[in-house]
Amino acid sequence: MNTDLSYLSKQGLWHNNPALVQLLGLCPLLAVSSSVVTAAGLGLITILVLLCSNLVVALIRHQITDAIRLPVFVLIIASFVTCAELLMQAFAYSLYLSIGIFIPLIVTNCAILGRAVSFASKNSPLISAFDGLMMGLGFALTLIALGALREVIGSGTLFANMDLLFPFAQSWELTILPAYPGFLLAVLPPGAFLFMGLLLATKNWIDQTSTKTNYIEIRDGQSSENLIRDTP
Amino acid sequence: MTSEIRHSILENSLKLAGFAVIAALLLGTVYTVSEDRIIEQRIKAERLALNAILPPSRHDNDLINDTFMLDLEGNEFRRIDLLGLRENSRAYIARQNSRVSALIFPLIARDGYNGDINLLLAVNTDGTVDGVRVTAHRETPGLGDKIDLRLSDWILAFNGRSLTNPNPEGWTVVKNKGDFDQFTGATITPRAVTIAIANGLEFFQANKALLLSL
Repeated sequence: MNTDLSYLSKQGLWHNNPALVQLLGLCPLLAVSSSVVTAAGLGLITILVLLCSNLVVALIRHQITDAIRLPVFVLIIASFVTCAELLMQAFAYSLYLSIGIFIPLIVTNCAILGRAVSFASKNSPLISAFDGLMMGLGFALTLIALGALREVIGSGTLFANMDLLFPFAQSWELTILPAYPGFLLAVLPPGAFLFMGLLLATKNWIDQTSTKTNYIEIRDGQSSENLIRDTP
Repeated sequence: MTSEIRHSILENSLKLAGFAVIAALLLGTVYTVSEDRIIEQRIKAERLALNAILPPSRHDNDLINDTFMLDLEGNEFRRIDLLGLRENSRAYIARQNSRVSALIFPLIARDGYNGDINLLLAVNTDGTVDGVRVTAHRETPGLGDKIDLRLSDWILAFNGRSLTNPNPEGWTVVKNKGDFDQFTGATITPRAVTIAIANGLEFFQANKALLLSL
């Protein structure tokens, strides 16, 4: 059980990271990664939705036949996203005002549907929920890394306007590059693709330079693959 | 059709319908539970926005309850189309010692980069801008969203302006030889807001006598 959990964590956070390896969920990823605050906001909600949808899909996995699998999964995910949007309006209105228009984008995040189909529909609820948490975390961390990169290079600041997300974070803004004229390309959509590419390259480079450990990880991965049926 | 296929179609349809009903019940419950709080939050945000435009020291009445309707169908007001509103909306009256000291009405800039930009404009009795705030928009984050006071103080440049300051041709962005700054990479959004505010002031002028007698 412990190896399973650590295997799932490594898969979600690194080896099978939904954004960096599976390249899923690029639509919301590229749309909200222009600053840390929007990236973190959407990342947090994605973790919640992924956790809940994986749990529910795993709970009902024996009732679902192949013919109705996709519509039911989409229904579950869309319901959770709508709930998240309603609850956010009720309990975090200022956050809703700043990132609310991106919330419906979470439904289009294939990473969530991907986990429901390839993992949660074949595994027990607790394992699936943990997988959802780790995959969501992997997605959110990538999103925040991209947001930080684009914010620093695009406008020279870090954690600007974090108080929209956490009311106590008013003084978090760091000026990394003083008197910086700004680099518009990093803020614009093409910049999102460029910096995403750089992140991918960095990840692959790290993997290549640590081939030895990587080899052991993959062997570990394969042995655990038999325990938990996880089709990539 | 064999009875086996018929059975599987029936079973799948019923299951799908069952899940749809459960999802609808869940959403209905969450909606009912949060509805009152959402309305409460909106009113709170509205009150905050009103107080931010017009500090409580500038009026001695309760703005939220001292209102009149901007009726788009009626002919109470002249040139009401200047406001760009899409539905009948509420305007607020600020009073000091029972006399009108300022009016706050909603505006919509329909030609934003990404749809409508909702604004709230406070006009003093002499026709100068007391304050403007963006209440809702869908402009590009990082570019056009600097119209929001939380991100930039650009919107404060309108304070104290009127239709004679600058002249009508100055009521656009610098790029169009106007008086107001655009943003790097975004001209459409600030131009739409600037022109909407000018239209709001024009509406005030066209109905000044009536509005001040409210």
